[in-house]
Amino acid sequence: MTELLQQLINGLALGSILALIALGYTMVYGILRFINFAHGDLFMLGAFAGFYISPAVAAVLPGPSLGSGLVVLGLAMLICAVLGVVIERVAYRPLRRRPKLTVLITAIGISLFLENTGQLVFGATPKKFPEIIPVYPVLKFGGLSITSSQLIVLGVTLLLLVALRHIVLKTRMGMAMRALAFNPEAAALMGINTDWIVSFTFGLGSALAAAAGILFAIVYPSIDPLMGILPGLKAFVAAVLGGIGNLPGAALGGILIGVTETLVAGYLSSTYRDAIAFGILIVILLVKPSGLLGKKEIEKV
Amino acid sequence: MQKFLAPIQHARGISLIAAATTLFLTVFLTGCDKPASTPGAATGPIKVGEFASMTGSEATFGQSSHEGTLLAVDHLNAAGGVLGRKMELLMEDDQSQAGQPATVVRKLIARDGVVAVLGEVASSRSLEAAPICQQSQIPMISPSSTNPKVTAVGDYIFRVCFIDPFQGTVMANFARHTLHLKKVAVLTDVKSDYSLGLAKFFKEGFIADGGAIVAEQNYSSGDKDFSAQLTALKAVNPDGIFVPGYYTEVGLIALQARQLGLNVPLLGGDGWESSSLIPIGGVSLEGSYFSTHYSPEDTSAAVQDFVKAFRAKYNETPNAMAALGYDSAMILADAMKRAGTTDGAKVRDALAATKDFQGVTGKITMDADRNASKPAVILAIRDGQFKYVETVSP
Repeated sequence: MTELLQQLINGLALGSILALIALGYTMVYGILRFINFAHGDLFMLGAFAGFYISPAVAAVLPGPSLGSGLVVLGLAMLICAVLGVVIERVAYRPLRRRPKLTVLITAIGISLFLENTGQLVFGATPKKFPEIIPVYPVLKFGGLSITSSQLIVLGVTLLLLVALRHIVLKTRMGMAMRALAFNPEAAALMGINTDWIVSFTFGLGSALAAAAGILFAIVYPSIDPLMGILPGLKAFVAAVLGGIGNLPGAALGGILIGVTETLVAGYLSSTYRDAIAFGILIVILLVKPSGLLGKKEIEKV
Repeated sequence: MQKFLAPIQHARGISLIAAATTLFLTVFLTGCDKPASTPGAATGPIKVGEFASMTGSEATFGQSSHEGTLLAVDHLNAAGGVLGRKMELLMEDDQSQAGQPATVVRKLIARDGVVAVLGEVASSRSLEAAPICQQSQIPMISPSSTNPKVTAVGDYIFRVCFIDPFQGTVMANFARHTLHLKKVAVLTDVKSDYSLGLAKFFKEGFIADGGAIVAEQNYSSGDKDFSAQLTALKAVNPDGIFVPGYYTEVGLIALQARQLGLNVPLLGGDGWESSSLIPIGGVSLEGSYFSTHYSPEDTSAAVQDFVKAFRAKYNETPNAMAALGYDSAMILADAMKRAGTTDGAKVRDALAATKDFQGVTGKITMDADRNASKPAVILAIRDGQFKYVETVSP
């Protein structure tokens, strides 16, 4: 019983990180109908941004503490937001009126570009991510254990989910984003600066990726330029599972994948963890093609 | 506009294909040419190839091994070279990636015309290169691949380290008789030949010593989350966990084991020996043990001279991978001197006849299977340092 509970906690911790990455994927898709395959690499850049700025932050705010951790998180999110805007400007905007497939392939190109440039600039050797927040087991009774880092990941994921929903549903910017999603031409005719909104969406999505990268690096403190590939792929699967374009769906999908993987690895065999997690995706998509929380879209002719 | 551009793009396409064909033919033809012309050329430097994981997940292995090999070549050339010629080391990085060793070793043999190949640390990657060297009749010496299958590829493949049946048994005896452990769990990297082999020999040895293997779990190199496996291991209450993996994952495993309240000693093999192990694992690794090839704390003259020279050149203390890299180049030079030539078959015969060669990592004698039989060293991790515990002779 204790073992099962602990496995569920492990799964929840792993799942909440996947959920956090999936949020960025799904938001960009929801607004722009475009899967940003470079999302996993912005996740990696976020972790490296944290790696390089944390010594500077530690010089001002000494010691691992929640405050210095949040400063590092905020700065890394800012850096990646700028990078995301630049990538959109340079690589995606010139292709705005081209077929969707062209942009998709460009996104894969950007992803490979970031991975290989990362290996050149940061080096391919895994680096130790500094301890920017104190990590210690918080809860310890009856053999169960939860660490402070796992709790923070869960908390930040929930917080960002709520904040995102607020931005998209309650603010003027969110209204413009939804208008753009609904019909870009009509939105432009209504006086919405669509270029600005697209830049903002990319910036926000990249900041989310950076947040996920930092939290991932806090829980698994070994970072390398290819660290974004597998979590990025799994988060994409999570977003599709929950219904791509749907924010709570991404969170649900991430947690489902995390828990399934952990249970498979703990009770069956770790060799099959990915196979079974992806198998579940196929089954769910066969039954409900729009994903768990996705709405069925009516194709207008 | 696009339509007008089309013919030009087409023309460019054709010239690209032509260029690619020319390039391919050049590579192919010179590739066939080179090895045939080298044996006649007895002047100029002796070209020795090395393939190493200079970048990627096992980067510190390749870097340490290469530094050791380079130091050996420096020493050889400073002493007048081999057979009156300088030795030139051509190194290729295989990026710690499967598939790369075959590519770079083919290049070393076909394009660069090397007379011998040194490498690799990881057994999986040595196993990739070995059939190519065997086929080309180029002697290959692996400095530190411990899986038995490596030298079983053929009679041109040698190594200067001990093999996993020995290393696994040493660690099993140590766990059973020195640490008095009764129930041990094993956590294996199923993607690595090294890990699979070492786990198998440890299990056999530990059971033969009267211990029990209470649980077995797997992971794949590159994994970051081990909490599921560790939670399953914790449920059976082992006295210790044998983790025959490489340092990148071992550090994270140690960290997550302690977070889950699994506070038993971790045991491992020479895959732990890296300057990157402690930075990742930190205090979680305290009280863990692993077997390896040598300790810089050894007071023998051979070791101390090597440590001094290595520190002078690189300003750091050499680890086992560096020492074995050094020995691999030295034993090759010794065989070439005895053979009196760099001819592949003759150097192979001389290598096979190596007896009581005094290396940094002990006296090396090649056995019938082209493996070196030599003692193992057990190190403990205390106060963030590798500390010498004992030496076990075969």
